[in-house]
Amino acid sequence: MNHAITLTVNGVVREVTVPGRRLLSDCLRHDLGLTGTHVGCEHGVCGACTVLLDGEPVRSCLTFAVTVDGHEITTVEGLASGGGLSPVQRAFSECHGLQCGFCTPGFLCTVTAFLRENPAPDHEEVVEAISGNLCRCTGYQNIVKAVHRAAEIQAEEAG
Amino acid sequence: MKPPPFDYHGPVTLDEALGVLAETGPDGKVLAGGQSLIPLLNMRLAAPAHLVDINRLPGLDTIEAGPGGVRVGALARHAAVERSAAAAAVQPLLGQALRLVAHPVIRNRGTVVGSLVHADPSAEMPAVLALLGGSVRLARRGGEREVPAEEFFTGPMESALLPGEMAVSAFFPALPGRSGTAFRELARRHGDYAMAGVAAAVTLDDDFRIAAARVACVSVGPVPVVVDVTAACGPRPAASVDWDAVAAAVLDRIEPEADIHATAEYRRHLTGVLAVRALRDAAREASEDPEASDASDASEASEASEGEEGA
Ligand SMILES: Cc1cc2nc3c(=O)[nH]c(=O)nc-3n(C[C@H](O)[C@H](O)[C@H](O)COP(=O)(O)OP(=O)(O)OC[C@H]3O[C@@H](n4cnc5c(N)ncnc54)[C@H](O)[C@@H]3O)c2cc1C
Ligand code: FES
Ligand code: FES
Repeated sequence: MNHAITLTVNGVVREVTVPGRRLLSDCLRHDLGLTGTHVGCEHGVCGACTVLLDGEPVRSCLTFAVTVDGHEITTVEGLASGGGLSPVQRAFSECHGLQCGFCTPGFLCTVTAFLRENPAPDHEEVVEAISGNLCRCTGYQNIVKAVHRAAEIQAEEAG
Repeated sequence: MKPPPFDYHGPVTLDEALGVLAETGPDGKVLAGGQSLIPLLNMRLAAPAHLVDINRLPGLDTIEAGPGGVRVGALARHAAVERSAAAAAVQPLLGQALRLVAHPVIRNRGTVVGSLVHADPSAEMPAVLALLGGSVRLARRGGEREVPAEEFFTGPMESALLPGEMAVSAFFPALPGRSGTAFRELARRHGDYAMAGVAAAVTLDDDFRIAAARVACVSVGPVPVVVDVTAACGPRPAASVDWDAVAAAVLDRIEPEADIHATAEYRRHLTGVLAVRALRDAAREASEDPEASDASDASEASEASEGEEGA
């Protein structure tokens, strides 16, 4: 049985018809063509599929699209505003916080929400915040640096 | 992989949800946070014919903290309960344990009640409910029952929930004044299910001697294993307890199994070490309990209000 649902994705209202078992990750990638959200494990472990649901980071591979009918989703495509990269994106670029980039959309969404809640985190807090995101390339050091740098950029821009 | 097909139901009232569950019986399954169920579907380890999504039901995302304890509704997410200052003031073990459940992002969706019904013997919240002697409220079309923790967990991933029933809330009792709690565990990686873990609750008497002490151990049996160690601890102050004897009393009661993460012997060893650490932390917290000066009043107050906790 198919279900007609409406999602507000990156500020745009999108209508789509999906079967009940359609994962939000697949709905975004296949039905809506937003392939920035990556899919690694499909059981909640790798974090590559993390998106923001009403501003909160969630695993899109552990969410049915039909469950979030009527809600707001932000994907990596929606983090930048006004043509420029967001502070978190700029920090990852500056600090070389990625190599192949497969894990990056999940990190960017997770870190964006984390810094909103905790704008000046210490090392332990950063490591815990990204503990649910796996990266096969970087060894995490530059990712941790990028999170601190993003906090700095945000503070500079606010101040 | 992708989930197998199922009929999706998105009820908007509790009555409607209970109606669908009554009609679908053993073929129907509740979908709450999906953080355990959807991995099982994706891995094709479960294939329910009907999924009843309770995420639209109103009034279930409640966290009601009263002097007698905390009642958590079926849609209260781990993260909301973890952050609730009111819940922490009444039963600090909730937050202590929830910080160890998965990762923050999983906690944004997963529910405390879902974790109880899922009844994984490695999970933290079933151990917390068992340690505190809490209960789960199950609703079905035309009725409700409150099942105490010791009857609720019936086996690995098995609870007393019957076909047609839905868990609507769980109750975590408060402890008397001059009590403390702690949760200690060890996992291979941060956020993983623990190889071993121990929740502890300690109550001191007016002379700061241990008057009651209990632990609940995870990952060492088919259900959380609760051990009363009051006799081995008390009535002595924490500093003069024979902790080796306390660890031995806990180890007497557990029969861990080996798996890919740890041998049975290693789990036993960890459980003994973690039990002592958790009990000592809990005893320290009890000695700092702000209600300690007024312990007898506080425990009377919490008993008197037990009946009103759901209000
Ligand atoms: C990567 C990862 C790591 C994790 N690590 C941990 C961990 O360390 N510790 C831990 O405890 N958990 C862990 N979890 C599981 C997580 O805590 C889940 O949120 C929780 O176990 C289930 O809650 P849920 O709301 O997501 O339930 P769901 O996945 O929706 O449901 C789980 C089961 O309970 C049933 N159910 C749920 N709610 C109800 C209800 N109200 N009435 C009747 N039946 C119901 C469902 O039918 C299903 O059988 C982890 C999950 C992931 C993906
Ligand atoms: S794809 Fe969702 S967590 Fe790995
Ligand atoms: S950059 Fe390749 S997985 Fe992280």
